[in-house]
Amino acid sequence: MTLPLLLALQDAQPSVVPADTAWMLVSTALVLLMTPALAFFYGGLVRSKNSLNTMMMSFAALGVVGVLWALLAYSLAFAEGNAWIGGTDNALLAGVGTEAKGTLPHVLFMAYQGTFAIITAALISGAIVERMRFGPYLAFIVLWTLFVYAPVAHWVWGGGWLMTRGVLDFAGGTVVHINAGVSALVAALVLGTRKDYSRQAILPHNVPFVLLGAGLLWFGWFGFNGGSALAANELAALAFTNTFLAPMATLVVWVLLDYFRTGRATAVGGATGIVVGLVAVTPAAGFIGPTSALLLGAIAAFPSYFTIVARSRTRLDDSLDVFAGHGIGGLTGALLTGVFASKVWNPAGNDGLLAGNPGQLATQALGVAAAIIYSALATFVILKLLGLVTALRAAPRAEGLGMDVTQHGEEAYSTGEGSILVMPDTSATAMPARALTPQAAS
Amino acid sequence: MKLIVAVIRPDRLNEVLEALYRAEVRGLTVTRVLGHGGETDRVETYRGTTVKMELQEKVRIEIGVSEPFVDATVRAILSGAHTGEVGDGKVFVLDVGQVHRIRTGERDENAVTPRPLTEV
Repeated sequence: MTLPLLLALQDAQPSVVPADTAWMLVSTALVLLMTPALAFFYGGLVRSKNSLNTMMMSFAALGVVGVLWALLAYSLAFAEGNAWIGGTDNALLAGVGTEAKGTLPHVLFMAYQGTFAIITAALISGAIVERMRFGPYLAFIVLWTLFVYAPVAHWVWGGGWLMTRGVLDFAGGTVVHINAGVSALVAALVLGTRKDYSRQAILPHNVPFVLLGAGLLWFGWFGFNGGSALAANELAALAFTNTFLAPMATLVVWVLLDYFRTGRATAVGGATGIVVGLVAVTPAAGFIGPTSALLLGAIAAFPSYFTIVARSRTRLDDSLDVFAGHGIGGLTGALLTGVFASKVWNPAGNDGLLAGNPGQLATQALGVAAAIIYSALATFVILKLLGLVTALRAAPRAEGLGMDVTQHGEEAYSTGEGSILVMPDTSATAMPARALTPQAAS
Repeated sequence: MKLIVAVIRPDRLNEVLEALYRAEVRGLTVTRVLGHGGETDRVETYRGTTVKMELQEKVRIEIGVSEPFVDATVRAILSGAHTGEVGDGKVFVLDVGQVHRIRTGERDENAVTPRPLTEV
């Protein structure tokens, strides 16, 4: 969303437009689906003994962050406030009714923005999987949403200082991806490496899950970028098409890089390439033309690809490469927005470097730098304070046994062999039985 | 010439393999098995059904070794698999009647890896 667009939304005579409402209803559901999709993407990449825990980290954000969004975070991000943070006018959803906000019912605008807050918090979990205790993780995403996501969303979209300076971030390259990517990097550093990291091979337990997740993310991303037009109009169609094209180019380049480097095109690489392309086009989607989107997608493959290659040789256990994918991908996209943006495609946007306005690139860099510095510092402080109150990490023994059993008391792929049914009414146990079969449960 | 059979925790397998490698013990068989050594039951809950997982996943290691390597092998397994909690597992050392190496037809002491140091 750009400043002129937002001002236009605010100045217009408030009336709900049915076509816009219809598209945004669909978009909200699409973006919400991205969080379960992320659960599959991340869940497939970890070992089977941690797969439920990893997926629950995303699913839990649907509950915890969603409720928090309605109670307070929406107001801090989007209610009128100062340049740094919104006010509390809309806390507890006060004043959020079916009246028009722009051309949408206000409740729908709130719900749509809430889906962004949810997935942004869930994205961070990829850096700390297989070792962070579930309780402290929940506490972390609550604090992070309040103290990091809400302010940064306000800066860029809610009328804050970056918006005033004309930073172009169509659908959240800075707010969502750089923000989550940098926080992930800091979280990985604070938590430390998994005990098995660089001592034994840690392999993805279900690569089809990873592909399933990447596919569903792409599907949901049409709502993420297409919906960020906040209307069913030409701009939505442009953002939608760019979201269609850019990841295709990234996928092709990623596969070719795989071929040249290792001689084989990997499925995990393909899935990662799609996500990186989606991340990179996010800030640019409504500001650049379709051929620029293809170029942007192709270019974006390189920095993320080689960051992953380099990272995996270090002691930095950003387990699922959230920083390489979202931090570096978001950074590349945000800067390339300043290169490819053109008023020919979006008169409410701005021209970039190629259209003769190099200043936009500097403005983009300012937005990126602000997000990186704030999000790194705030995440560090939140985690250190939480660490004073409770242990962030599971004990090595629990980590070895697996987070599914130790944090959730469940296994992803239990056969039920060797389990004894505990009768609910007495303390006595039944004969050894296959507890998961209907006979045993009755 | 002995057959060493050990049942250990799956999450200690890597440590045991490292210890065996350092002890220069080569050649082994690993099987995933179910069992328990009297450790506290793990309780899991599925849709309101509470179950105790009495049988835990364990890993069984089998290694045929020549006499000079028996102690080193046992020590490596003990050091790698030890956590100090109930359920660490057992090591059994069994006498072996005959051993044949299929590839070469060598038998007994010559067929187990590694050979006695004196022959190296």
